[in-house]
Amino acid sequence: MRVPTSGQAQGLPLQGKTLDPLKRVEKEIKKCVKCGACRAHCPVFGALQREPAVARGKVAIAQAVLSHGIELDDRTYADMSKCLLCGSCVEKCANDVPTDEIVIAAREALAQQRGLTTFHKAVGRVIRNRKLMSMGAVAAAVMGPLFFRKVPATSGLRLRFPLPFVGSKRHIPNIAKKPFMERHPEVIPGEPGKPRIVYFVGCMTNFVYTEVGEAALALFRHLGCTVIIPRDQQCCGLPGMSGGDLATVRELAEKNLAALEKHQADYIMTACATCGGALHKFYPAVVGKKHPELLERCKAIAEKTVDAALLLQKLGLNPVETGEGEGIRVTYHDPCHLRTRNITRQPRELLKSSPGVEFVEMEGADKCCGLGGTFNVYHYDTSMGINAGKSTAILNSGADAVATGCPGCMMQLSDGLQQRGAKTRVMHTLEVLSRNIRR
Amino acid sequence: MLDSRIIQKLTEIVDEDNVAAEPQDLLCYSYDATQMQFKPDVVVYPADAEEVSLILKMANSERIPVFPRGAGSGFSGGSLPKGGGILLVVTRMNRILRIDTDNLIAEVEPGVVTEQFQEAVEKLGLFYPPDPASLKFSTLGGNVAECAGGPRAVKYGVTKDFVMGLEVVLPTGDIIRTGGETVKGVVGYDLTKLMCGSEGTLGVITKIIFKLLPLPEAKKTMMAVFDSIDGAAKAVSTIISGKIIPTTLEFMDHATLQCVDRRFSLGMPAEGRAVLIIEVDGDRDLIEKQAGQIHGLIKPLGLVQFRVAKDAAESEQLWKVRRLVSPSLRDVNPTKYNEDIVVPRSRVPDVIRRIEKIQQKYDIPIVNFGHAGDGNIHVNVMIDKEIEGQEEKAHEAIKEIFQAALDLGGTMSGEHGIGLSKAPYIPLELSPVQIAAMKAIKHALDPNNILNPGKMFPE
Ligand SMILES: Cc1cc2nc3c(=O)[nH]c(=O)nc-3n(C[C@H](O)[C@H](O)[C@H](O)COP(=O)(O)OP(=O)(O)OC[C@H]3O[C@@H](n4cnc5c(N)ncnc54)[C@H](O)[C@@H]3O)c2cc1C
Ligand code: SF4
Ligand code: SF4
Repeated sequence: MRVPTSGQAQGLPLQGKTLDPLKRVEKEIKKCVKCGACRAHCPVFGALQREPAVARGKVAIAQAVLSHGIELDDRTYADMSKCLLCGSCVEKCANDVPTDEIVIAAREALAQQRGLTTFHKAVGRVIRNRKLMSMGAVAAAVMGPLFFRKVPATSGLRLRFPLPFVGSKRHIPNIAKKPFMERHPEVIPGEPGKPRIVYFVGCMTNFVYTEVGEAALALFRHLGCTVIIPRDQQCCGLPGMSGGDLATVRELAEKNLAALEKHQADYIMTACATCGGALHKFYPAVVGKKHPELLERCKAIAEKTVDAALLLQKLGLNPVETGEGEGIRVTYHDPCHLRTRNITRQPRELLKSSPGVEFVEMEGADKCCGLGGTFNVYHYDTSMGINAGKSTAILNSGADAVATGCPGCMMQLSDGLQQRGAKTRVMHTLEVLSRNIRR
Repeated sequence: MLDSRIIQKLTEIVDEDNVAAEPQDLLCYSYDATQMQFKPDVVVYPADAEEVSLILKMANSERIPVFPRGAGSGFSGGSLPKGGGILLVVTRMNRILRIDTDNLIAEVEPGVVTEQFQEAVEKLGLFYPPDPASLKFSTLGGNVAECAGGPRAVKYGVTKDFVMGLEVVLPTGDIIRTGGETVKGVVGYDLTKLMCGSEGTLGVITKIIFKLLPLPEAKKTMMAVFDSIDGAAKAVSTIISGKIIPTTLEFMDHATLQCVDRRFSLGMPAEGRAVLIIEVDGDRDLIEKQAGQIHGLIKPLGLVQFRVAKDAAESEQLWKVRRLVSPSLRDVNPTKYNEDIVVPRSRVPDVIRRIEKIQQKYDIPIVNFGHAGDGNIHVNVMIDKEIEGQEEKAHEAIKEIFQAALDLGGTMSGEHGIGLSKAPYIPLELSPVQIAAMKAIKHALDPNNILNPGKMFPE
C-alpha cells in the first residue's frame, strides 16, 4: 500500500526560483485536455498500467506542482523518473503537448529543490569532463549503470555487472580498447567538390560501438565525402537531461555548438538517434528556452543536422556498388528519436536495397525498446519489461540480425536478446550497409 | 476523508500494491476527458469479480461511495469521484478469456482496450465493429457502460448491439450473470440491455460476452464535397434509400472545414460547403459496384468533388482529414463544449440551421461535424473562458441546442453519456415520471446509493 511517506524532502519550503523551469512550460502544460490518448502510446504506462506513469498523469502532476497542490517530494521525483523521454506520446498527441519537455522541466525543478542524486551528480561529472571521457569512463555514465567501475575487457555481452547502487542485472557490452575518435585524424579529406561532413560521434559510438563509427566513415568516404571529426566535441548531454541537470546540458551544448560551428560543414551527421534528437530537438527546445542568443545558434545547428541513413539516401548511396555480400535476413527496430522525426522509411529502403539482404518486418517495430537514457538505471525491470515484447517480436521475425539507428537501442536490444540466449545479431543500419565496402 | 480503517480493510481485500492513496495517485484519478477534477480518497485496483464484490460489500455496509473507472476517457465525467470515496479501477481485469469461432462470440474482461480486442478477433477473420474514436485507449467495460458508438454505427449499430451477456457485481456485492451465449433468450427482464449505458451506476461489469461477425473482405473510402449542407444531407438519405448501407457516413460542415484548412491545406474546391466521408465494406466486387452507384446517386445534389481512395494509403489520407478536425478546433477558441446530439437522419439540415441561428444569437463559434449516417452530430461550442460572460453564454446556447434536437424528434446525447456534465439537462428530455421510474430501478439495486452517486440524475 502506498500512503504518504515522510521522505526527507517532504514539506521543504519551495525555494525562490525552483518552479521557474516549470513556469517556462506552463503554456504547454495547459494544452493537455486529459483525453487519455497517450495511454495507447506511452511505453512506461504500457508496462506499469497506472495513471501516474502515463503522459497525462505526469502533466497533471506538473500542473499541480505549479498550483502548489503537489510538492516536489520523493514521490513526485519517482513519478517524473518514470519517463523514457521517448516522445511517443508527443508524436501522437492531438494537442501537441510536449510531455518530454515538461518532464525535463520538472526534473530540473526537482534537482534545484532537492539537489542532484549521487548518480546524476556522477553522470554530470563524467560527461562534463573530457579527460574522464577519454579514459573511457564516460560510456558508463551514458549507459547508466556501467561506468563507475573499470570494465574488464572481456568480450561481447557476456558480463554481468555487480554495481554498487544501480541495477546489477544488465548485460553490458564491452568497452573499446581505443576510442573511435583516437583512431582517426580530425579531418579525413575526400574528393574535391564532394560534400564536407562534420561527424557528431556520440559517446556510445566513441567508447562502445566503435564499429558504428567505422561503418559511417567507410560509407561516407566511399561516397567521396570529406569527413571531419571535431576533436573538441563532447557528450551530447542527454544523460544529464534525464536527471534534470540542465546546467550541465547547457554547458555541453555550448561547447558542442562551438565545436560544430568551427568547421564549414555542408551537413552535420549523426549515426546515433539520441545525439540526433539532442541536436535537433532538445537543444533548441530545452537549452535555448531562456537564452535567445543560444537559441538561434541551436536552430542553425539543428538545421544542418542529418541522420546518417537519411544523408546516405540523399547523397545517392547506391548499395549495389557495394558488391554482393553474404546472405542475411534483417529486420529493423525504429529508435524513438528517429521515428518521432519521421525517419522510418529511409533506413528500411536502404536495407532492402542492400545486396544480400532479405528484409523482414517485425511486429511492433515502432515500439520503444525501453532504454530511455538513465531511465533504465532506476527502473531496470520496467525497462526490460518494455523490452520483452521487442525481443519476442525480433525472434518471431526469424531475422538473423536486427538493425537499428541508435547505439543506445543496440545495447538495450542486445541485453534483451542475450538474456533469452538468442543468437540474433544486433547491428547498426550502417554496419549492414557497409558490410562489403573495403575499408 | 476516509479513516485509515477503510484503507486497512481494502488492503485486506486486494494486496497492498493495489491500494494507492498518495496525493499523486489521488490527483491522477481525479480527471477524465471532460477536464473536470474531483479527487477520490483512495484508489483500488481489484483483480477479479470476487475482489470487486468484497469491496462493494464493505463499501455498502460502511456507506462509502464507489466510482468505477476504465481508461478515464469519458466525455461526461462518469468516472469522476465527486464528493470523494473509493475509486475502483478495473484495468487489471484485462484478459480476453476466449474467442469462439464456432459460435462467433468472445468473452472478455472489462479492462481490455477496445482496439486490442478488435485486433485479436480480426486475426481470426472475425469482426467487432463498434469503433469509438477513442478505441486505441478506451476500455470495453467503459464502452459498454457508456454504450459507445462510432462511425460504423450506420451499418452495424453501437456497443449494446454486440453485448450478449454480462457478469456484473451489484452495488450490494452480489455477483450476477445476465443474458448468455445464445442468440435467442427471453427469460425474465433484459438486464443486459439495462446495464448497457448505465454509466457504472447499477453495477460493476466484470465480464462481457460479445457477439462477433465475419470480417468483411475489403472496404472502400470515398470523399464527396458538396456546395451546400442540404446537398450533403440529401446525399445521406439518397444513398440509404438507394438500398446501400455504407459502413460510415461522416459529415463536416463549412466551419469545420475552415478550421482544418487553417492548419493543413485541404485543397478543397472554393465552392465546397460540406463534406461527406463515405465508406462501404464487403466483397471486393460488390464494393466497387457500390462506389459507382453512390457516385451516380449523389451527383445531382450539388456535388463539386468526388474522390475514391485507390488503396489503403489513400483511404488513410481521406480519414486523416476527419481526424484532424478535433485538434484544429482548438485554434478557434481554447475551451470546447463537445455535445453529441442525435436527430433522425433526414432532419440533419434542419438542426444545423437551428444551430446557425443559435450561434448568431449568442455570438460564439459553433462547429458541427459527426456521424451524419445516424444523425449523430458533434456540436462544438467554442469559447474562451477568460472572456467574461462567455461561459454563461455557452451554457444557454447548449440548452437551446438540446431543445432543438428534441424538437426535431431527437435526443441530447448519442454516445457520450450523461454523467455529471449533462445531468442538469435531462429534465429537458425525460419527464418526471420517466426519471422516477429510473430512480426506482437505481434504488432497488443500490438501496444505499453507494455506486457512482451523483451521476445521470439532476441533484
Ligand atoms: C478523443 C476522444 C474521442 C472519443 N470518441 C468517442 C466516440 O467516437 N464515441 C463514443 O461513444 N465515445 C467517444 N469518446 C468517449 C469515451 O471514450 C467513451 O465513453 C468510452 O466508452 C469510455 O471508456 P473508458 O474506458 O475511458 O471509461 P471511463 O471514462 O473510465 O468511464 C466511463 C463510464 O463508465 C463507467 N465504467 C467504466 N468501466 C466500468 C465497468 N467495468 N463497470 C461499470 N461501469 C464502468 C464509469 O463509471 C463511467 O461512468 C471519446 C473520448 C475521447 C477522449
Ligand atoms: S498529453 Fe496529449 S494525448 Fe495525453 S491526455 Fe494530454 S492532450 Fe491527451
Ligand atoms: S516521453 Fe515516452 S515515456 Fe515519457 S510520457 Fe511520453 S511516451 Fe511516456
